[in-house]
Amino acid sequence: MFFALIESSRSALISIYAHGLRSFLTTLGIVIGVASVIAVVSVTQGMSSFIGDTFATLGSNSLTIRSFTPFEDQMKGIRARLTPEDMELIEKRGEGIASITPVLYATRSSQIKYGSQTAFSQIMGTTYAFQEVSQSYISIGRFLAQSDNDTRRRVAVIGEKVRENLNLPDNPINEYVEIGGEWFKIVGMLEPKGEIMGQSQDDMVLTPYNTMRSLLGNQTRADISIQLSLTETADAENVSQQLTTLLRNAHDLASDEDDDFVIQTAEQLMETFDTIINMVTIVIGGIVSISLLVGGIGIMNIMLVSVTERTREIGICKAIGAKRHHILLQFLIEALLLSLLGGLVGLGIGYGLGTLISNSIPSFPPANIPLWSVGLALGFSGFVGVLFGILPAAKAANLDPIDALRYE
Amino acid sequence: MALIELSGITKYYEMGDQVVKALDGIDIAVEKNDYLAFIGSSGSGKSTMLNILGCLDKPTTGEYHLNSKNVEALDANELSEIRNLEIGFIFQSFNLLPRATALGNVMQPLVYRGIGLSKRKEMAMEALNRVGLGDRTDHLPNQLSGGQRQRVAIARALVTNPSILLADEPTGNLDSKTTIEIMQLFDELHSEGHTLIVVTHEDEIAQHCRRIVEMKDGKVFNDSTSHSAKVSH
Ligand SMILES: Nc1ncnc2c1ncn2[C@@H]1O[C@H](COP(=O)(O)OP(=O)(O)OP(=O)(O)O)[C@@H](O)[C@H]1O
Ligand SMILES: [Mg+2]
Repeated sequence: MFFALIESSRSALISIYAHGLRSFLTTLGIVIGVASVIAVVSVTQGMSSFIGDTFATLGSNSLTIRSFTPFEDQMKGIRARLTPEDMELIEKRGEGIASITPVLYATRSSQIKYGSQTAFSQIMGTTYAFQEVSQSYISIGRFLAQSDNDTRRRVAVIGEKVRENLNLPDNPINEYVEIGGEWFKIVGMLEPKGEIMGQSQDDMVLTPYNTMRSLLGNQTRADISIQLSLTETADAENVSQQLTTLLRNAHDLASDEDDDFVIQTAEQLMETFDTIINMVTIVIGGIVSISLLVGGIGIMNIMLVSVTERTREIGICKAIGAKRHHILLQFLIEALLLSLLGGLVGLGIGYGLGTLISNSIPSFPPANIPLWSVGLALGFSGFVGVLFGILPAAKAANLDPIDALRYE
Repeated sequence: MALIELSGITKYYEMGDQVVKALDGIDIAVEKNDYLAFIGSSGSGKSTMLNILGCLDKPTTGEYHLNSKNVEALDANELSEIRNLEIGFIFQSFNLLPRATALGNVMQPLVYRGIGLSKRKEMAMEALNRVGLGDRTDHLPNQLSGGQRQRVAIARALVTNPSILLADEPTGNLDSKTTIEIMQLFDELHSEGHTLIVVTHEDEIAQHCRRIVEMKDGKVFNDSTSHSAKVSH
């Protein structure tokens, strides 16, 4: 059997080589199909492995709670709000919470100045707990301290991007920047985190929560968001359920009213991204399978022509002793090799294409071909070859020797 | 029991409402190591006869026993095996593989015997040398003359060292010198113990044979054992 396989492969290769151009055109469908699969998969996989990496550094067991105003209420001028009291409540009654911090975003005054340099950044008021909750650590200097908050000190911790934008020195500690007309002393710098989808994670300025509250003035209207990290054993789903009940009660929501807040986990966010990417992969994969199918039909068509063309040859081979399986194997292997060769060429082109796409778009993650997609593409083209090769091969193998010999 | 036994063999072709009786009731027995010539006018059924003897074609009616085996009872693969192991067939129209070289053509039957490449080459070269074509091994059939093609076909039939050699006009395209060489080869094979069945219309060829069967309209017209050849059974 092994011997027959080798002999069949040998004659199949000779035959493929003898009809070089035809073989190439025959496999074009497979080539294009596989090339597009690989290009799409390499780009999306590059994207998703990058996103996965990034979210892992973000702290996967953290929750963010924000106020949320449904569109209808916005039209009526109603604003949902999370208050410091909500946070106190959660701190006191919430279960499975390791640390918790309020985050107050500077709304109007997101401008920051250093000398003559002005930049816009995300300016937030938060506490020392932010460090653990958001997995943001210090590279130089120190983080915000409890005492900074208690005494409303005018200090700031900045991200790498802010330092660049403001042309601050490499070590910006003890430099002063202007935020909302007030001077802040830089006490620390965050470790760079890079970008997610082209958005810098290092473009932020952290100031003490209480300092920010006094800066914003109107304290009763303050709408904070709350970030918290969970204990090892806590389940994000359970905790967010419990917090939902807690906040709904505190906000006096009737059972038919929607939540006026959202609880988000980092994992959820990542899953959303992943879902989108997988959707794209599946949809394009589906389209591409159709093109592979068409490629397979092309191979079957040419193989049928080839069988007819070689009827006399088949007759001769049978007359000198070829059994059914000899002929069957030869044509089956020819179809298999054709589509596998097409698959290999497609693999190369697809990889080149994927690399080209991700290289030509700046800040796009590098293309990444997972092994499964190589296996899948080759497996699928091989499968197509066998599937569509069986009919022509069986037709050849079943020819009657004397009829085949008489065929003109 | 004889090596080949045909009884009541017919081969009919229906052409519209007309029936062509290519073979019309053949009873014949061929002993092992026989040396037989089929002669007869064109269309008398000689090639049809040879196709049935070579297990390529099946008779319309009648029984064919080869080596005491009823050929009718064998399936396609078993027939292939017999053609490969027992029979060497030299076709009237050569039937060479057009995309294989002379050497490739001669090696091909050995592929179906499961013989490895180097051994195949060796055996094929030997057969080609025997028919005097050792210097044309890399030529494709369309690069060979008619006589050379015929010799490739003969080499292909010989290479498997078959016990039965069926030849349909094996010298039809050869000059008289080569014809004599080929007939000497056939005589040699006969003395080595092979059974030879040759279709021919040339008297000199037929004279080499021990037994001459003349066919006419699908029937055996005359069956004679010549005096010159030795009787071996
Ligand atoms: N496939 C076929 N279909 C119809 N008729 C056929 C077929 N094959 C052979 N015949 C007929 O059978 C008869 C015998 O043919 P065959 O080829 O056996 O003759 P032959 O004796 O070999 O002749 P030649 O000496 O010219 O080769 C012929 O009349 C031919 O027309
Ligand atoms: Mg004939």
